[in-house]
Amino acid sequence: MLEFIITTIVTFVIYLVLTAGSGNFGFLSLEEIIMGVFLSVIVGAITRNYLCKSRNYRMLNPVRWLLFLIYGFGPFFFAMAKANLDVAYRVITGKIRPGIVKIDPQLKTDYGITFLANSITLTPGTLSVDVDEDNVLYVHWINIPEGEEKKEYADIKKVCGKFPEWTRRVAE
Amino acid sequence: MWTDYLIYILLGIGLIFNGLGSIGLLRFPDVYTRLHAATKATTFGSIFTSLGVVTWAFTQLYLTGNSWNLTLALHTIIAMAALILTNPVGAHAIARAAHRSGVLPKYAVVDRLEEVKK
Repeated sequence: MLEFIITTIVTFVIYLVLTAGSGNFGFLSLEEIIMGVFLSVIVGAITRNYLCKSRNYRMLNPVRWLLFLIYGFGPFFFAMAKANLDVAYRVITGKIRPGIVKIDPQLKTDYGITFLANSITLTPGTLSVDVDEDNVLYVHWINIPEGEEKKEYADIKKVCGKFPEWTRRVAE
Repeated sequence: MWTDYLIYILLGIGLIFNGLGSIGLLRFPDVYTRLHAATKATTFGSIFTSLGVVTWAFTQLYLTGNSWNLTLALHTIIAMAALILTNPVGAHAIARAAHRSGVLPKYAVVDRLEEVKK
């Protein structure tokens, strides 16, 4: 039942955002609100088993949403801008030293490893290629520092900075 | 309005990064390094061009009060969120498919994934 309610509310909010500006009922028209309730109940009834597959509701905590927003606009955006400038430098000069390294972020949940892999992929210079059963990530790295390729597991601070700590805070 | 200059700056940053992404696509040697340029530099550039559109729409909303502009701004924000969510998934899928079908990274100093597959 709880997964049906969550799916319906998420669908309804997205519908309201998509139809904002259609009327003067607080920028929304009454017809759109009624139609939105109707459609989101149908969508929630059909797709309730897909959005909340793991039956773990820890992401309903608003503190995690706040931390996610802080992470997205603060450390993550800063790291992304810095890495973009680094890749721009490599595009112009052509100095690359690529390779695939292994990192062990020691995360337990599927959501956490997805979150970290997407953060790593969105940061230029690192690209997550594969993951195995023990949540060990294989990362394609465009510029490996000297000596880093000899280690079994690469230094996680050099690959993705503070991302694993934030992932633990937001998603675990 | 002073936001005009902000829009020019945002569009300029976006165009620079999109252009660098396209140059990287031509210059880099293999599929993985090209993915770095083609998927991420262009995402960063597109975020900035979208922010330019959002700024323009909110400026028009403030000046004219036409609710059509709010629709444009919110739809652009949703497009930006969809871009940020789907882009890493696509890049990851292409990289994984390439490695599984036997395309190895060129000039690589180390390839731990190939060692595991053996």
